[in-house]
Amino acid sequence: MNTIHDMGGMHGFGRIEVEPDEPAFHAEWERRVFALVTAVPFAVPFGDDSLRPAIESTPPAEYLASSYYELWLRGVTKLLLEAGAVTPGELATGKAASRPGAATFGRAATRDEIAKAIMTGFSPRRAEGKPPRFKAGDRVRTRNLHPTTHTRLPRYARDKVGTVTQDRGIFSFNDTNGSGQGEQPQHVYAVGFALTELWGPGHPPGDMLYLDLWDDHLDPA
Amino acid sequence: MTAHDHDHPPRGRTDIELRVRALESLLVEKGLVDPAALDAIVETFETKIGPRNGARVVARAWTDPAYKRRLLDDATAAIAELGYAGMQGENMVVLENTPAVHNVVVCTLCSCYPWPVLGLPPVWYKSAPYRSRVVIDPRGVLAELGLVLPAGIDVKVWDSNAELRYMVLPRRPAGTEGLGEEALAALVTRDGMIGTAAV
Repeated sequence: MNTIHDMGGMHGFGRIEVEPDEPAFHAEWERRVFALVTAVPFAVPFGDDSLRPAIESTPPAEYLASSYYELWLRGVTKLLLEAGAVTPGELATGKAASRPGAATFGRAATRDEIAKAIMTGFSPRRAEGKPPRFKAGDRVRTRNLHPTTHTRLPRYARDKVGTVTQDRGIFSFNDTNGSGQGEQPQHVYAVGFALTELWGPGHPPGDMLYLDLWDDHLDPA
Repeated sequence: MTAHDHDHPPRGRTDIELRVRALESLLVEKGLVDPAALDAIVETFETKIGPRNGARVVARAWTDPAYKRRLLDDATAAIAELGYAGMQGENMVVLENTPAVHNVVVCTLCSCYPWPVLGLPPVWYKSAPYRSRVVIDPRGVLAELGLVLPAGIDVKVWDSNAELRYMVLPRRPAGTEGLGEEALAALVTRDGMIGTAAV
């Protein structure tokens, strides 16, 4: 999706404002949004591959005007509505008009189940997938892809030549899984690009940028 | 505008507080979330998970060469040796700064960050100015943040676009030979492990 979240290389956003001794959260509602987004997927199954496209579908002007946890709230609300777990009327009142709850969806995760999941995580690494087409040292060119769906190939790195520095192993492919086409597990490679390849002259020759790219993002160069 | 203001957009707090409260009570009423579990999530990320974890990893690597080798070979396993693991740290990579190379980490598409070792990311890391600029002008961004790199050091920028999560292993400061692990850990900052500070 060629929209505002894919902002690498853009100009005009101004200085970086660092807040000294910044707390984890700035308001109680941020705490609750973070916790809801962490807990809800246990009952209404969705993962990052759903949440991120939901956030990325925010119109660009609204995306930029929203704080981080506002975008999370927008994303989780969209997914809950799409799943039929809540209705617009219920969101407006905060009262359940019906209680499909655990009958239609899973039950709420308990404190212990969530504590365990935080320590275990949800790795998208997979045991099997397509055989690798590349190895460390290979020169590769990224594909010139512009899908209207979720992709992990940023705009600034399309149709660019780089070198594979490491095979990271087999991972679920977020581009397909985030657009309803399944996990399509395949190798992910660390690929190094000279800043001069990405941005033209004016960068020291040794300065590099690295991305982790899936097999389907790449062609031999 | 301060970073703090970024989190309170013009729409105002009252509206969003009401919307969040309505959503939470609705989901609790439907049996889809357990309020005690929500409290536990917040408590974990406010009190147990944060950059002090990563600082302990760094201090161990500075004092134990065998641990440092394991950390660079298989960061996920080596970090788990100290008890840190899980969400957003399932597949870790540690990047070693050297006299010739300085590493810096960003997530241009989103906000990906190694939670088990660094906690939740600061607002500036998730902000448009950092995400847009550090990939195209890393030396300028680092200088703006107070880290001027000499010409002899190559900069490596790591965009966490996929499911690997990065932590920088800063260089051990000169003159710290006599310090123990705990004292060394106290020298390590969050920004040093993102790569926007020297240590």
